[in-house]
Amino acid sequence: MFGYYLDLALRSLKRNWIMTALMVLAIGLGIGASMTMLTVLNVMTRDPLPGRSAHVYRPYLNPLPLSYHDEPGKVGGPTTGLTWPDAKALLEAHKGVRQAAMARGYLTARSDRSGVQPKSVGGSFTTRDFFTMFGVPFVAGRAWSEHDDTGAAPVVVLTKKLADRLFGTTSVVGRTAHLGGHDFQVVGVTENWQPQPLFYAMIGTDFDSGDQFFLPLSTAMSLQLSVNWGNGWGKDSSLTSPEVSWLAFWVELDTPAQVGAYQRFLVNYSAKQKELGRYERPASDARLYGLMQWLHREGLVPGDVMLQTWLALGFLFVCLVNIVALLLAKFLRKGGEISVRRALGARRRDVFRQLGVESALLGLGGGMLGIGLAELGLWAVRQRPNDYAHLAQMNGEMLVATVVLAILVSTLAGLLPAWRACRIAPALQLKAL
Amino acid sequence: MQLQPILASLKHHKLTALLLMLQVAFTCAIITNAVFLIAQRIQRVTTLSGLDENTLSLVNVDDLDAGANPLALHKADLAMLRRLDGVKSAALISNVPFSHSEHGSGGCTSLAAAQAAMKANSLKVPGCAGADVYVGTPGTFRTLGLKLVAGREFEAGDYVPGKPPGQAETVSAMIVTRDYARRLYPEHPDHVVGRDVYFGGGLMSGQPTRIVGVVAHLHKANVSDDGSDEQSALLPVEPNEGRALFALRSEPSQRSKVMEEAVATLNKNKPNRQISTDDAQTYTRMREDYFRGDTTMIRLLLASALGLLFVTALGIAGLASFWVQQRTRTIGIRRAIGASRGNILHYFQTENFLIVGAGAMLGMLLAIALNLWLMRHYELPRLPWFYLPVGALALCLLGQLAVLAPARRAARVPPVVATRSV
Repeated sequence: MFGYYLDLALRSLKRNWIMTALMVLAIGLGIGASMTMLTVLNVMTRDPLPGRSAHVYRPYLNPLPLSYHDEPGKVGGPTTGLTWPDAKALLEAHKGVRQAAMARGYLTARSDRSGVQPKSVGGSFTTRDFFTMFGVPFVAGRAWSEHDDTGAAPVVVLTKKLADRLFGTTSVVGRTAHLGGHDFQVVGVTENWQPQPLFYAMIGTDFDSGDQFFLPLSTAMSLQLSVNWGNGWGKDSSLTSPEVSWLAFWVELDTPAQVGAYQRFLVNYSAKQKELGRYERPASDARLYGLMQWLHREGLVPGDVMLQTWLALGFLFVCLVNIVALLLAKFLRKGGEISVRRALGARRRDVFRQLGVESALLGLGGGMLGIGLAELGLWAVRQRPNDYAHLAQMNGEMLVATVVLAILVSTLAGLLPAWRACRIAPALQLKAL
Repeated sequence: MQLQPILASLKHHKLTALLLMLQVAFTCAIITNAVFLIAQRIQRVTTLSGLDENTLSLVNVDDLDAGANPLALHKADLAMLRRLDGVKSAALISNVPFSHSEHGSGGCTSLAAAQAAMKANSLKVPGCAGADVYVGTPGTFRTLGLKLVAGREFEAGDYVPGKPPGQAETVSAMIVTRDYARRLYPEHPDHVVGRDVYFGGGLMSGQPTRIVGVVAHLHKANVSDDGSDEQSALLPVEPNEGRALFALRSEPSQRSKVMEEAVATLNKNKPNRQISTDDAQTYTRMREDYFRGDTTMIRLLLASALGLLFVTALGIAGLASFWVQQRTRTIGIRRAIGASRGNILHYFQTENFLIVGAGAMLGMLLAIALNLWLMRHYELPRLPWFYLPVGALALCLLGQLAVLAPARRAARVPPVVATRSV
């Protein structure tokens, strides 16, 4: 019967092809606009560490004095990071499966090769668990040792990109790299690892510039390398001050029990600091954020994109109402035809299916057009030099989702009119003929 | 024209008419708010910087090894730049409005206020106000094209060389914007020249800085939504870092030539500097980059709004033509018993007006609700009331336009149709 319904649907659609085209256009526009926006949002909220993000947490401590006026939890405010004494205490406590403290900075990279100009490159000063915790893939060598961490050893891990620039090759383990006027021995080379967004960076919206080198935190501190971000509230503004926050801290916790235990540990730590007179705020201020929670807190999803998504959904909703109204008018007009079929013995179910096939066909057409329009929309977004624009690409999932959504929406929109049309008493309609 | 037959006929199409009404209502609500959003973005994009933008070009230099005294090097650079053909004036400055890189500081009008601010760790105490600081070498005023409204510009004796980052210079003179003067001295904002302010490093050291001049406008480095847009101050400090920003003033038509020559000159003045053409750009271009997100949003909102109107017009026209087809026979009968073409035309137009008008009314209420929701979640201001009737009227007009073609087709139905069977 399906073939017959298909034939009937095609005939019906062809009879009034201008109207059919308009309906397909209406569905396509709604689907296309919504899909463009949803794709952009999907790109923006992308998981920076697929598979690992559920196990990575960010401790939050509040060492600010009570007299500190600004809102303490403010994004970019002092409590965005940790102070050196706190980070050191958390590192030494070893309460997580893995933990690392980190800060980002710029250094001038010089090459011994002729013709390669010095260049200012960004990198991270961190501790060795960074690589295993975040799953940074190595192409050569490995992370520095614990001994290097405590002894402020002059070692460095480069990315493939920087190794290529400085040495022209990536098998450079054991060679010397000149960074920021100091010499470091290369112990490892990583892939061009660049999570997006760069969740461990301090200030948000850092959508494309990843790290090109990694140095032990202790080394950076003993060489007094300057860091990108710091926020102090006291007189002492050195990096070891208990009144300057500048470090990001991440900890790996694999089971809910570990998460609970770490949370308690943070509260106990705060309580102890309060007893010692260092903290003034309640110990319950201490918190543990999951990675995605942290991204949300830091506002790494621009408000504009959220607004655009609501707009797209509103657009889709209006298009849906539009389609229901049009299909209703179209099917109700077919009262006579339906009555003839019913009088000839078709059950309601059969009529229902017939009309369902017709609206699903409209949905298919609309979905196809929608994909075209969404691709066009994304192309337009990619033309904009915004920092996230070049990431806006539709993947296979989105493509399938577009068509399924279109068919679903229009079939749903067709159901109500089909139901109404089926309720017409055949005898009444036939009399009117 | 009697409404009664129209209403009676609409009763037979309750659901369809209701759906169309709903669609118009939602369209009206979304369009009104979208247009409001566009208007706000346009206002943002057209914010005054206070500079003479069309004559300004900027060259960014990042000297990796500028030595112990970068200022001497940069002064030599500046002297060469000033000799270039087409350069009317040049200066070494810290930053410009809409450049992302801001340098915040603050001042207090009395020592007591300064101490209170230090204690509270905040400038939100009476008698104090925060400001964005701009510094630059002699010639900054002229190069940026700032407009003095009171007092004087800086004199040669006012200038001090900059200190390394982290240390605050104490200067004897400063120029403030009208807006910042108002924040510091709300009682007598027009008489601030000659007054002493404890500013920046002076907050702690207790050394005063005298306000010597007031400029009409100078926007902060970034646009913020807290209304502090022009709280800025200009200090006579010569930037003394490896990273340097040269501002050049020339005729608008000469900008690209001047930038090209400036880059060549700077590269020649110190080898191994590697300034690329990307490091030089006109101020107009930089401003465009800064507001890129907003212009993207404006285009997007505009495209969505037009798309939505188009879809709604399609819906109205589609429904009307279904109805015309359905009622062909009825129309024929009406024509046969004496209705004129105009009567039929008006019938459909009135019917459309009733549905769309009701939808627009509902849409105004929805628009208010949507605005309230947006206000709560995206910190948007309240929708001005006049957007509502304008939006509703626009929807009614759109409805009339969309119904015109089907209504005219209906009016062309000949009376003879009445005698035919369907």
